[in-house]
Amino acid sequence: MTSITVIDEPENPAERAPLVEGRHNFATVTETVARVAEQRTPKGWYLLFGISVAALLNLGACLAYLFWTGIGIWGNNSPAFWGWPIVNFVFWIGIGHAGTLISAILFLFRQKWRTGINRAAEAMTIFAVMAAGLFPAIHVGRIWVIYWVYPLPNQMSIWPNFKSPLVWDVFAVSTYFTVSLLFWYVGLVPDLATFRDRAARAGKLLTARIYGLFSLGWHGSNRHWLNYEKAYMILAGLSTPLVLSVHSIVSFDFAVSKLPGWHTTIFPPYFVAGAIFSGFGMVITLMVPARKWLKLHDLITLNHLDNIAKILLLTGTIVGYAYSMEFFIAWYSGSPYEQFAFINRAFGPFAWAYWIMIFCNVVVPQIFWFRSMRRNATVLFVVSIFVNIGMWFERFVIIVTTLVRDFVPANWGYFSPTVFDVLVLIGSFGLFLTLFLLFCRFLPIIALSEVKGVMPDANPHHGHDDHSPAEGEEKPMEVN
Amino acid sequence: MANYFGAVAEFESAADIYKAAEKTTTAGYTRVDSHSPFAIHGMEKVLRHPPSHVGWICVVAGIAGIVLAQLMMWWMNGVDYQYVVAGKRAYDWPTTIPITFECMVLLSAFGAVFGMFGLNKLPRLNHPLFRHKTFHRASDDRFYLSVEASDPKFDQTKIVEFLESIGGKNVELLEEED
Repeated sequence: MTSITVIDEPENPAERAPLVEGRHNFATVTETVARVAEQRTPKGWYLLFGISVAALLNLGACLAYLFWTGIGIWGNNSPAFWGWPIVNFVFWIGIGHAGTLISAILFLFRQKWRTGINRAAEAMTIFAVMAAGLFPAIHVGRIWVIYWVYPLPNQMSIWPNFKSPLVWDVFAVSTYFTVSLLFWYVGLVPDLATFRDRAARAGKLLTARIYGLFSLGWHGSNRHWLNYEKAYMILAGLSTPLVLSVHSIVSFDFAVSKLPGWHTTIFPPYFVAGAIFSGFGMVITLMVPARKWLKLHDLITLNHLDNIAKILLLTGTIVGYAYSMEFFIAWYSGSPYEQFAFINRAFGPFAWAYWIMIFCNVVVPQIFWFRSMRRNATVLFVVSIFVNIGMWFERFVIIVTTLVRDFVPANWGYFSPTVFDVLVLIGSFGLFLTLFLLFCRFLPIIALSEVKGVMPDANPHHGHDDHSPAEGEEKPMEVN
Repeated sequence: MANYFGAVAEFESAADIYKAAEKTTTAGYTRVDSHSPFAIHGMEKVLRHPPSHVGWICVVAGIAGIVLAQLMMWWMNGVDYQYVVAGKRAYDWPTTIPITFECMVLLSAFGAVFGMFGLNKLPRLNHPLFRHKTFHRASDDRFYLSVEASDPKFDQTKIVEFLESIGGKNVELLEEED
């Protein structure tokens, strides 16, 4: 049984903060998470779902028009052939990375606090990668021959050029999506079994059958857990280099070209740090409201938010370092084209976008040097919105400022988005939020078996918990 | 005579089932398993379960990924359809590294996940354990110890007494699936 913690008091630095707060035993943890899926659908959910589905339908309409008319409906034009679709692609794929970081890298580092947020963050990854994958596919113009990106036999007897970073990206993103989905599903299986058993006990046969089908007959056998934990650790070990490789390869889309502002060796680590930064921003944007509305304060504690804020501060500062290092290298290289590209970035026609990026990504997160700010859910939410905006602008600045200032001044131009650029971006949020809301409604949004595994009672040497109150006697206590 | 799957007893905590499992294997039972809502670390030692072989499946799958990716790129770009781009060789090994890595990860992940389900003999639609009247709590907050009928020491009358003597509640003999 965990003790009650008054969380406004600074904890003893010599002791680890409890991972689950309030008076919880295994049954109340199950109850806290399962009631989210079992309760009557709240009205607020219908409202949010309605808005998201409307945005999703708008995406469908935009795509139909796009396929009918062609990518001329967007603002992409000479010289900026890569416009918002590629900005959105990099933005969404970056968001996905925080989920894998939480589920895999923090797992390998034995950061047990991850158990409270890893399930939702992994779901976020999968939905973000789906939104990301949409953009390169619709950006090719002729969607009906999208299968050409894969090495499939075709009537022209042509194979893809494996020396192209764009083909590497196809493999990287496809692998990333598949492995993330497997990792998420493997984690879900024991919790789906919990939902199956609860539904069966409540007499909801159809629900029990559906959860039963997806929980694959899981019955918590120790022999199964042995294989399961080994597979889980291997997946974490595979996902860790995978997530680093995916955004590195995304950065190769730029860095392997020869354009000033893109052709830099700092791109892979800089993109990975930016991806983690943006992803944690989105984790906060989703988890702060979910924690409040779904009453998960005991499982997603202020300590979790505090830790995420620290990661935001760290990665935001790394990104700030990368921005300044790019300037230094441009000057140090002695290449007039490189120097011009960066002076143009900060003081050229898109200076407004550049300074929005600097303010949102570098200046705003500095507020997290203060502990009280890291532990204030409202401040975190507001900062996370800044981070989302700032990281979208980062990709916009990288892509557009370089393209509109070609080597030949006669080619110079300006990029303006059209209404369809905006609608498709909104639509991608619709896709993402629709899937996330469905996940919140029907699936275990917290990894039950993992949270139980890090509770003190889970240790077989913890001894008998004689002071544990009988089941049903207590309600989960909300601490704040 | 009924064809038994085994006997199952319920325990209240991880500590209880750990001690009970220790007593069961010390008493000479060999086909013993525990069923818990989460992995109890150290349980494999008292139950004498061998370590998992998922790792080996994964290694084989990962090597297959590397070999297949290299063969694919070598044959497609080096033999069947040669591109001359930027004066580079048709099959240029440094440029194959990213895709080789991704294929290695992809096949290893398939190996880990499908290997794990395969070794666990999942998916299956039903299991004799689900006949136990409180077994639904094995995914919530209770712990179950099962002694399978295939155990050489299994005796349908003695096993119930034994499981009760080590503190098991709701001890049931479960029939095998039809």
